Amino acid sequence: MKKFANGLLAIAVVMIASPVLAANGGGGGGDQGMIALAAGLAIGVAAFGGALAQGRAAAAALEGIARNPEAKVMGPMILGLALIESLVIYALIIAFALSGKVG
Amino acid sequence: MPHIFSFFEHWFGAFEPVAGAVLVSLLLFLFAVKAKSALAKVDDPRIPDQSLTIRNTAELIVGTLRDFVMDTMGHDGKKFIPFFGTMFVFIFANNLLGVIPGFNPPTSNINPNAGIAIIVFLLTHYLGLKAHGMSYLKHFMGPVAALAFLMIPIELVSHLVRPVSLSLRLYGNMTGDHAVLSIFTDLTKIGIPVIFLCVGIFISFVQAMVFTMLSMVYIGGAIAHDEH
Repeated sequence: MKKFANGLLAIAVVMIASPVLAANGGGGGGDQGMIALAAGLAIGVAAFGGALAQGRAAAAALEGIARNPEAKVMGPMILGLALIESLVIYALIIAFALSGKVG
Repeated sequence: MPHIFSFFEHWFGAFEPVAGAVLVSLLLFLFAVKAKSALAKVDDPRIPDQSLTIRNTAELIVGTLRDFVMDTMGHDGKKFIPFFGTMFVFIFANNLLGVIPGFNPPTSNINPNAGIAIIVFLLTHYLGLKAHGMSYLKHFMGPVAALAFLMIPIELVSHLVRPVSLSLRLYGNMTGDHAVLSIFTDLTKIGIPVIFLCVGIFISFVQAMVFTMLSMVYIGGAIAHDEH
């Protein structure tokens, strides 16, 4: 949990610091940098949450299979993983759209 | 988004996904005709062929798809086997086109996916209305009549967002997978891209399965008679 808190802190620092840095840069380049940062952060944060959720889902499914190998949990598990993953994929699409704007 | 070379984009421009989908459809059609003529020549359909033939392959595909649909939809699924089987085979073949160098999968464009997803959306509500009549609309009101004013907007949004999420999921997965493959092919020319080709085949299969399975869940939910 401490690592998690550190990670959040790092993200927060980046988020707070980047407008300051962008403002210091001055001129027209600030927007591009912010867009690039947003593209990276979008998929990064989404992958973080998605990986956490998929890990829990896979762990629960594997536990179920270990307890009762004949249980048909594979299909519903893949369905659930796809539903979780689709949110990450939305972030990926946003990241693609944003990275297209960075010249 | 990295720009990925493809022959069809070179030749047809914006009609690239259409050309890809037509090519895939023609190949599937050819396979179906071949399998049909091979099946017609069989003396006793109960005896399987000795070696791997086109008939065995077709029987394996049809049998697996039948079990897949029947497992997910139950007894309602029998008349949907051709529809969902076609859908799975079409999406899977389209996804697999991306594994061949020089081709983009048609499903890495949003439009073919949106077409299939809109068909599923319309079919869901048509079949729901056909199965339940006007009482189908009661599904949107939730279990308690007093909360209907809350449930109707939520249900409406959740139904309208389904085709969007279906098509975006397939589009995002295929685009992302293809981008990863192209980037790694750029970085390491020999050997390493094979891993991503294998991942590409796996993702093609899983995404075709997920698309078909979610469509089955949606349509099954619309026509199901709830027992309570």
